[in-house]
Amino acid sequence: MSSSSAKASAGRTTTGAVGRKLGSGFVLPALVCLLVAVTLYSVTIGRYDLSVADVTYILIDNVHPIVTPYWDPVQEVVVEQVRVPRILAAIIIGFGLSISGAALQGLFRNPLVDPGIIGVTSGAGFGGTLAILLGLQGYLLLTMAFLFGIGSVFLVKLLSTVRGRTSMLTLVLAGVVISAFFSAAISIAKLLADPFQKLPAITYWLMGSIASSNYLDVLLVAAAVVPSAVAIYLLRFQINILSLGEEKARALGARVVLVQWIVLVASALISAGVVATSGIIGWVGLVIPHVARALVGADHQRLLPVSGVMGAIYLLLVDDLARTVTTAEIPLGIITALIGVPVFAVILRRLHAKGGWSSD
Amino acid sequence: MIEASDLTVERGGKIILESYSLCLERARILAVLGANGVGKTTLINTLIGILKPKSGRLSIDGPVGFVPQLFEVPFAYSALDIALMGRARHLGLFGAPGRKDYEIVRHYFHLLGIEHFEPQAFNALSGGQRQLVMIAQALASECELLVLDEPCAALDYKNQDKVLALLEHLRDEHAMTIVFSTHMPQHAVEIATDALLMLSGSDYVCGPTADALSAENLSTLYDLPIARADFMGLSKHTYAPVFRHDGGSLNG
Repeated sequence: MSSSSAKASAGRTTTGAVGRKLGSGFVLPALVCLLVAVTLYSVTIGRYDLSVADVTYILIDNVHPIVTPYWDPVQEVVVEQVRVPRILAAIIIGFGLSISGAALQGLFRNPLVDPGIIGVTSGAGFGGTLAILLGLQGYLLLTMAFLFGIGSVFLVKLLSTVRGRTSMLTLVLAGVVISAFFSAAISIAKLLADPFQKLPAITYWLMGSIASSNYLDVLLVAAAVVPSAVAIYLLRFQINILSLGEEKARALGARVVLVQWIVLVASALISAGVVATSGIIGWVGLVIPHVARALVGADHQRLLPVSGVMGAIYLLLVDDLARTVTTAEIPLGIITALIGVPVFAVILRRLHAKGGWSSD
Repeated sequence: MIEASDLTVERGGKIILESYSLCLERARILAVLGANGVGKTTLINTLIGILKPKSGRLSIDGPVGFVPQLFEVPFAYSALDIALMGRARHLGLFGAPGRKDYEIVRHYFHLLGIEHFEPQAFNALSGGQRQLVMIAQALASECELLVLDEPCAALDYKNQDKVLALLEHLRDEHAMTIVFSTHMPQHAVEIATDALLMLSGSDYVCGPTADALSAENLSTLYDLPIARADFMGLSKHTYAPVFRHDGGSLNG
């Protein structure tokens, strides 16, 4: 990954990129450093006060002891069993949602798209709800979430494509329709759920939280996100071409349908993995790619990794907020929505001012 | 280069073109003229392979490059990014442009004299500049047939001259075969070796420009008297509409 982006930046040393001032070679390493710093800081905050040095020693001690343990065993458990899995979950989820958001926006040439808008999230949410209702967990829950997620993508694509053309406006509207349908389905499932055990489980899970993440959850979400993100990154140049529009892409010789389906399936898998382990965390995939595009331009070769790392940092910070603002945990999904909705509104206004809806 | 016989093309279940036959030799320029809605775009989309003909035979030897009408992208790509996408056919599904692809694109930027566009945002370029970048993109695909959908629409005279000169240069120096659609017979007079006048979905005139492009044929084509006009003092001519100012028909 790094070698090919280095090649690209070598090829464009004279370009100064898209009328943007920042060179791509500088943005990604800087963001990775920032991610490491934010990660270490995030492990220190919480009810047990620890310094960055403490955390570093505790973590390194697992590999090779360099100082004699001076910390409380409770602190070690807090770091290793409570905070680290949760932080890993935040990083993987933020990375996955952002990279899939960036890819979907390119694929549909629509800056308003994210996994939530096109109905994957609520589809996967219903799949997960159904799984809880039936008493399924782990990989079975993931599978249900995935199947319903991919099903909803399929429906949205079907509804918004007329004679081989997918228009920007109908795509978003079809997403709204499918989301509304699955929200209703979730309500029905809740109505049928046992009000003492399953209903609270479903409700809290749907709000989106990574508070109770353990290593199994991390493994599960990584199994969904990592291969999907790799697949999306491999298609980076094809996504560039598809963002010119289906007809133009076909004329350039791109395998439009194949690329669309790989990206859609990968995005559905990411969303399903996130939903299965952490519930509905919306809007991340909408917000982050915009910021990333402003930094490194639209070329997906640079945009995808930068979006991913920025998404990881963003969700980590949001989760720090969720942990610390009040004594009780605020579900993550609520905060991302509170931030995401105004951003969506601003983008919508800007797009409207440019007459973005008139072209598809 | 192009051989089409008895071509029938449908779009959305409606027959747009019926039994079209045309033939174009290598290193020639074909101008396609026709009223709005007669099926110029359908013909072009068939040539570039987006539309499959319902019946008939179409054979094109060599890869086809396409320059769409006044192109815009939803994201802030640089002109270089856009032109690099022309390399799609030469890169695998998982590939990304490498050193060689950059070299090829830069070669064509140099050929078209647009090196300084490279870092600029594509959407910030003027219509004429964008047209040149799109032509560079098509050339970067190393096509042998270049198809352009109204390459001069919405361009001012100077840019029209530039694009026409470029197309002629590509034919003369690089033996490129070119097909372009236009609403101005003069474009055909200036550079086309062949002309296709699409009178309707099933009726057309095709042949060397000198034969096919006549005042009579053009008058039928546009359903308006078209006259040949000679430029005073120059050995050049054009065809121009004789507008009737028939305002009476608006009240009826």
